[in-house]
Amino acid sequence: MLNKSIKELATSLRNKEFSSVELTKFFLERIKQHDPKLNSFITITEDHALAQAKQADKLLENNDDNNLLRGIPIAQKDIFCTKGIKTSCASKMLDNFISPYNATTVEKLNNAGTVMLGKTNMDEFAMGSSNENSYYGPCHNPWDLDRVPGGSSGGSAAAVAARIIPASTGTDTGGSVRQPAALCGITGIKPTYGRVSRYGMIAFASSLDQAGVFATNAEDCAILLNNMAGHDPKDSTSLNTEPTDFCKNLNNSLEGIKIGLPKEFFSENLSPEIHQVIENAIKELEKLGATFKEVTLPNSKHSIPVYYIVAPAECSSNLSRFDGVRYGYRCENPQDLDDLYKRSRSEGFGSEVKKRILTGTYVLSAGYYDAYYIKAQKIRKMIANDFKAALSEVDVILGPTSPNVAFKLGEKANNPVSMYLNDIYTSSVNLAGLPGMSIPAGFINNLPVGLQIIGNYLQEDKMLNIAHKYQQVTDWHQKMPSNFE
Amino acid sequence: MSLTNKDIENIANLAKLKLTDQNEMESLKTKLNDLFEIFDELQSANTSNISPMAHPIEGMFQKIRNDEITESVDRENLQSIAPETEAGLYLVPTVIE
Repeated sequence: MLNKSIKELATSLRNKEFSSVELTKFFLERIKQHDPKLNSFITITEDHALAQAKQADKLLENNDDNNLLRGIPIAQKDIFCTKGIKTSCASKMLDNFISPYNATTVEKLNNAGTVMLGKTNMDEFAMGSSNENSYYGPCHNPWDLDRVPGGSSGGSAAAVAARIIPASTGTDTGGSVRQPAALCGITGIKPTYGRVSRYGMIAFASSLDQAGVFATNAEDCAILLNNMAGHDPKDSTSLNTEPTDFCKNLNNSLEGIKIGLPKEFFSENLSPEIHQVIENAIKELEKLGATFKEVTLPNSKHSIPVYYIVAPAECSSNLSRFDGVRYGYRCENPQDLDDLYKRSRSEGFGSEVKKRILTGTYVLSAGYYDAYYIKAQKIRKMIANDFKAALSEVDVILGPTSPNVAFKLGEKANNPVSMYLNDIYTSSVNLAGLPGMSIPAGFINNLPVGLQIIGNYLQEDKMLNIAHKYQQVTDWHQKMPSNFE
Repeated sequence: MSLTNKDIENIANLAKLKLTDQNEMESLKTKLNDLFEIFDELQSANTSNISPMAHPIEGMFQKIRNDEITESVDRENLQSIAPETEAGLYLVPTVIE
């Protein structure tokens, strides 16, 4: 049961092997049993889930519902507004926030028939790479409970890795879907910027944020993405493209596929063990018919400083809405308006969030705007141009997702720059707005290693095709931590 | 570019944040200065003739719709989660005496 894909679960539901209510109860039980060790959920929505499951069973009874997601349990990252249900963004600022509306992503997945079992833990306001910055405590990696699951979508990744939920949503601004997928040994995808509506997805950095999904395999990710993607008039940055079936090309042969290996991603800084895992994956893909060539992304060396100027700048603007006036945390006995703002914000936000707001405010302030923010935006253009050039020679780009396997909780607490370097292979993808995904490719000392595939704009199907064919000849994606079996 | 305590106080004021004590100030100053060190290397990048990229969508423009009322605001629902309201207004400490 634990390794059944969404497709298999959908078949079982239609064959009446079990009902959605039974399936939901099964995973609710697993969550109750295992989540105390993981802390991957902030809110478990049992009654809501059972009501959705009952409804799904009614629709499944008539046997005319083709949507594979009907009756399938999922979890939503606690950054997506869910109507009538607490939406905290893992922050004290929103600890009391019951959202009055659904995010479009939530609405779409609800309509597709998914059953929401809960809201998952994350780094506060999506700022972090370890899920250690949560008001509700850190999330633990099911492969080693002393280690981080990655972030910011740590809870969503850990829950799928431990098989306490078949799939979950996440968001990715600098790597926050791909990096936790890598550290937890599961499949995670961030589509092209603008594919999935950001309406109701609490904003961190509006030009970088994109919703994504976690599942145990690429085909499941494709199914979920089919139901999430699409133009939304309520999101002015959502793309108005032809509807795409991300499952259509999954089984295409890889003969003739050209894969680029950026020399900057394989420098002497890359750990030899991770390099070996990636080399092994390259060999498997060669057997499937893909060819490889070296490409170059010369400005990728600037991606961390550029990202940590652009993202905090945008966050300082986005988080200015949290002022203690209309929703969220309000300080006690404000003396005047200025005190209301300052204390509500300072008491409501955690230290990483405050640090990023201050960084962003600084780089946008008079006298520094040109030297930092505009300069960073220009280099962002150069990074995007590098990818365009490389992707004109190859179909996709491949490399490691993360420079390390899951590190110990607290290990990088006093070295923020070292923490930021977790995004070294992922953040440039968000800067360019390209789609990217991570798939499990091996282990080092029983800790998962992820392989990143970066596609061209709107070519998620090519990435998914490569991932799917790879998963047909390897079984890394089927491994799960033994303590959770 | 090294930040001073005064710089941090100014930025905090702009961001409507209040630092609780000297410890927080010192810790933040160190962390911010460490971070800003990695920004300095960007100055060496040659960005002449490059226009800034604000977001990934080239040629994006804001679509205008017809001036027709299509939505309504459910004030009661939206204000039900507010800390303090009165007569449909949000209450804050007195601003104008």
